[in-house]
Amino acid sequence: MRHFSYFLRHALLAAGALFMATPFIVMLSTALKSQANIFSGSFSIIPEQWAASGNFGEVFTSLPIIQFMLNGALVTATIFCIQVLVAVPCAYALAKFDFKGRNILFNCVLWSLLIPPQAVAIPVFLELHSLGLLNSYSALILPWTISVLGIFLMRQFFMAIPDDIMDAARMDGMGEISILIRIMLPMAVPALTAFGILSFIAHWNDFFWPLICLQDVQYFTPPLGIAYFKTDDAGIKYGPLMAAACVITIPLLVVFLAARDKFIQGVSVQAGVK
Amino acid sequence: MHLRPLYNRLLPYLLSAPALVLMFLFLIGPIMAVLFLSFTDWQLGETAFRITGLENYLTLFSDELFLRSMRNTAFYIVMTVPTTLIFGLVGAMLILQSGAMRKLYQTIYFLPFMGTAVAMLIVWEFVLHPTIGVWGMIAQWFNLDPVNLLRNEHTALPILALISIWQNVGFAIVLFMAGLSGIPEEMYEAGALDGADGVFSKFSLITWPLISHVTFFVFILLTVHSFQIFESVAVLTKGGPNDATEVLTYTMYKEGFDYFRTNIASAITVVFLTGVGALVLIKAAWLEKKVHYQ
Repeated sequence: MRHFSYFLRHALLAAGALFMATPFIVMLSTALKSQANIFSGSFSIIPEQWAASGNFGEVFTSLPIIQFMLNGALVTATIFCIQVLVAVPCAYALAKFDFKGRNILFNCVLWSLLIPPQAVAIPVFLELHSLGLLNSYSALILPWTISVLGIFLMRQFFMAIPDDIMDAARMDGMGEISILIRIMLPMAVPALTAFGILSFIAHWNDFFWPLICLQDVQYFTPPLGIAYFKTDDAGIKYGPLMAAACVITIPLLVVFLAARDKFIQGVSVQAGVK
Repeated sequence: MHLRPLYNRLLPYLLSAPALVLMFLFLIGPIMAVLFLSFTDWQLGETAFRITGLENYLTLFSDELFLRSMRNTAFYIVMTVPTTLIFGLVGAMLILQSGAMRKLYQTIYFLPFMGTAVAMLIVWEFVLHPTIGVWGMIAQWFNLDPVNLLRNEHTALPILALISIWQNVGFAIVLFMAGLSGIPEEMYEAGALDGADGVFSKFSLITWPLISHVTFFVFILLTVHSFQIFESVAVLTKGGPNDATEVLTYTMYKEGFDYFRTNIASAITVVFLTGVGALVLIKAAWLEKKVHYQ
């Protein structure tokens, strides 16, 4: 009975794992195959006719994929930096200062947590349109400079730090700003990491907003770039298309595998959001 | 000398000012604008507008496509959320008992959540290809009719649901694993003394009640997420075939940014926002109750 349940457990888990991994295996294997091999009838994992250099070569020559990746990196990094600059001071004020209007401000944060990103698209589009900022890096970045989730997470973190630490620093003559920068921030690195991971996943993957605010290919982020490549080639050249998917997906998966526990921790933080 | 206290009193305002300004520019202001626009006849490019009251809403609720879109969104949520939740919970329990393989399984199940979503959707399209994809191969093995699942009215939406389950089950597993490992071993030992020693009695008497808060969080997160389905429709089906995958965000996108009927798109947004908001409020109310009883 014991052996049977052991076997059953691993059989179920392995079958599930195969299902989870199939698209990744298909992506890799197809990216290595020639066009004739792909269309040769039935699907095989090991390529019969290799065309890796041809497929990847076509991706890098016919598609500004490096530009897409750089755009993605630039946009997500800038968004997160500004989010930190904006959210951390606000979270710190909410957690550690007693001031008139604090409850109103915190309620604004809580209510804003309910707003899905698609719901503000129309007015934000109009705002950026009237400022002449559509179709630019600013359009990709500006709407996301405020992260209420970030404020919420960082406030929770600061609340857990005892006030005694601040008082001791004040006794030593430290100013409020340097307490924040030199004492609070170094302690907040784990919370900031979780915040950064959530922010990165959300904005690297975002398709809805870039689709609305961009026209020029030069500003495209990876999701928009690969969707463009697909329609551009009418979806027939599967080898290069899968090679492009590899180029976009694999660097991220490598980072994930290298910092697995941090990612998983960062994502679980969401479950604690009230 | 009295500059210092003044500075200290102003400090919290200075610290939170940038956040407050941006919150009004990009969150609270736009929500009020969308609400207002939904009661007008304004469309992009026009200079004048009229307040038309509920007219946009009346138009919407008598529009067959919009009603279809609401039904499809609801059906999609019903297909994705319970399945992801159950697979997530069962997966988490199995993985926790899998010994040395635990980290490997968790990593593999979490991979889809980390793959760039649109790129993986394009891979799925190939996987589902009726002649040269994995689906074509399976159909051949079992002598099935290799229909194009994404171009078939009856299968397109369930297939999008399947892809969503594939993408999110690892996320649910991670959250459930965190919740399950929080249950102290003594609970099971104490339960065993009282007769809860079978797999099912352990689960129903100990595990299930003790992780109810995690289950609830995961349920709400998944539902809100499913409500926002957009990418898979925009990349794979464009609302078709025959409006079978027309969903709220996609209808809103087309009305707002293809046809530039800003007023109608705003009204759809308000309907969408009401749905998502109601869920989150249920979550908040549930939490409040929990806190009171603890």
